[in-house]
Amino acid sequence: MDSTLVLILLLSPIIGFLINLFFGKNLSKSLSGTIGTIAVGISFVVSVILFNKVTQSGEGITVHFFDWIQVSNFNVGFSFLLDQLSLLWLLFVTGIGTLIHLYSISYMHDDENLHKFFSYLNLFVFFMIMLVSGSNLLIMFIGWEGVGLCSYLLIGFWYKNQDYNDAAKKAFIMNRIGDLGFLAGVFIIGYLFGSLDYLTIKQAIASGQYVDLGLLAFAAFCLFIGATGKSAQLPLFTWLPDAMAGPTPVSALIHAATMVTAGIFMITRMNFVFELTPAVLNVIAIIGALTALVAAFIALVQNDIKKVLAYSTVSQLGLMFLALGLGAYEIAVFHVVTHAFFKACLFLGSGSVIHAMGGEQDMRYMGGLKGHMKITFITFLISTLAISGIFPLSGFFSKDEILLVAFHENKVLWFIASAASVMTAFYMFRLLYLTFFGKFRGTEEQKSKLHESPSLMTFPLIVLAVLAAIGGLISIPGNSWLNHYLEPIFIGSRPHHAVDSTAFILMGVATVGALIGIFLAYSKYIKKGQLPVKDEEVTGFAKVLHNKFYVDEIYTAIIVKPIYWLGDFFKSIVEVIISSIVFGTGKLTNFVSEQGKTLQNGSVGLYLFVFVLGFSTIVYYLFLA
Amino acid sequence: MLQNILQEIGIQNYIILSTIMFCIGVFGVLYRRNAIVVLMSIEIMLNAVNLLLVAFSTYHQDAAGQVFVFFTMTVAAAEVAIGLALLVAIYRNIKSIDIDQLRNLKG
Repeated sequence: MDSTLVLILLLSPIIGFLINLFFGKNLSKSLSGTIGTIAVGISFVVSVILFNKVTQSGEGITVHFFDWIQVSNFNVGFSFLLDQLSLLWLLFVTGIGTLIHLYSISYMHDDENLHKFFSYLNLFVFFMIMLVSGSNLLIMFIGWEGVGLCSYLLIGFWYKNQDYNDAAKKAFIMNRIGDLGFLAGVFIIGYLFGSLDYLTIKQAIASGQYVDLGLLAFAAFCLFIGATGKSAQLPLFTWLPDAMAGPTPVSALIHAATMVTAGIFMITRMNFVFELTPAVLNVIAIIGALTALVAAFIALVQNDIKKVLAYSTVSQLGLMFLALGLGAYEIAVFHVVTHAFFKACLFLGSGSVIHAMGGEQDMRYMGGLKGHMKITFITFLISTLAISGIFPLSGFFSKDEILLVAFHENKVLWFIASAASVMTAFYMFRLLYLTFFGKFRGTEEQKSKLHESPSLMTFPLIVLAVLAAIGGLISIPGNSWLNHYLEPIFIGSRPHHAVDSTAFILMGVATVGALIGIFLAYSKYIKKGQLPVKDEEVTGFAKVLHNKFYVDEIYTAIIVKPIYWLGDFFKSIVEVIISSIVFGTGKLTNFVSEQGKTLQNGSVGLYLFVFVLGFSTIVYYLFLA
Repeated sequence: MLQNILQEIGIQNYIILSTIMFCIGVFGVLYRRNAIVVLMSIEIMLNAVNLLLVAFSTYHQDAAGQVFVFFTMTVAAAEVAIGLALLVAIYRNIKSIDIDQLRNLKG
């Protein structure tokens, strides 16, 4: 029964993928969109059924299909573990996935390759399910690589634009650097524990089995490098903003709600390993806080609506890593869930705006859309309030918990995270004001075509906005359903911070901070009616921010250029040497055979002469000598 | 009776005669350009061998050598027949039977 359900869960998206891949061309656009949506919808229904089962029994379901790798006593099974953590992820991956599929039917209806789009999306959902529901690190690795591939395919979906292709390649290569770390971590863990199975490793650690802590810390660090690649943390974050080249539903699904949280999923999954390596946790916390700050800074001056959201995603992911690094895994997971709701809603809302603007993404040419797109505006406003951390929307609870933990553990990190939150409120409201308020700044033609998106697009927006509003209920301070729910995935009991006066003061501080950010944005963009200046006129620190701290340029200088140089070196020196050896052999053979050719001149007389000479020689040496 | 001939002439003379004939044949093959003469030279070489076979057959008083000579002669006859036929064919093509002209085998 369970194995059938898991099979349906896995196979449904892959069947959708195959149908759209092979027959998509012959299907009508709405039909291939419907197939894609239903395929993910089935997975969602199965996830809900499994979720009910697991919440009732309180125990994870393990489904073993077959033994995959068997080398002496090292076993890797092709099996799946559906416990509290993976089901939580499955629920929002397939749930938000279904909504975004639905949205895409309308958003992509003009695209000639719509069936391809849906087949890639289905494939992505399949790999994401693999990633979260595998029972060992190797199955997770299949999903991990698979989602990277789908991300590549979808970023470069409009492949006729070379910039988009470059963005896709950048995402893929940056991810590969992380993947190498992940793989190294998997190998070391396999070496240390003789198994890759989560439950086996957890059992081994819980029973106090001796492990080399130095090597384990190295493994944990390698895994974290993998997470920085997939989840766009310093120093591998630059691919995510470029990944906005893909269609907006892709940005919403892959680059905001699901795939980029894979790193957080992995670290939460392996929490028992990371718990043994506090040094690595410290690194994670610092990297997370710095990422949150750096990305928030960059987001302050971006003018592309999707770029702002992308940097905001990086910043929020940084906050999640901060929570992970402080050992508050369930709070990171909480923020993942709420972030998935409001960020998916924001991206879909921006998609709706871009749709109405006829493809324009620069906020300097928007403005005043409030009156034209009511539903988009209201849902966008709710999500913006949620991400800024305004009570009682979901972002308030999750962000506040992170700040609370940071305050208890390390005041400096708390300050950095708070600063990032204030900036979040500022740039999100800057985005809101520039897009929806003021006067319309686009062309007359665009103005005449402004329209609210069709209901297929607004329906997901409404659902997500509702979730973004009430999502905080799953973990109310003091009486957290989520913390209780996630308890089985940890070893031992979890520390709890009591809801005391400090907590309330911090909530107040965070809210005031958010309000200050909002007010600053208000006074700058509404009261004074300022507009971001043209790209060439940016000066001072804003110019540094505008150029994203020159990170791309630094990478080009210290990594890409030397690699090119190395490539040139190999091409001009090493290749010349090797090729002269290789070609020399060929030329020698050629030369020898040229000489031999003159012997074979067709003269029968010569042949006979050589024949007689040879025969005489043989006779002489055999019989006479 | 045959034994007497061998006693009177001596086996080594047969060997020498056979060697001389074989060498004549070899030089004929090597130095003559006319294909018919080449074929004839090959026949001389064959006959040199035949002579040697017959001489040793008598010397050892064993008839097998003489039987073998019959086979050689049959094969030689067949070979000449084929060789001449080939020559006719070649002559029809290039109007010559000079083997220096047969250079189409050149690789």
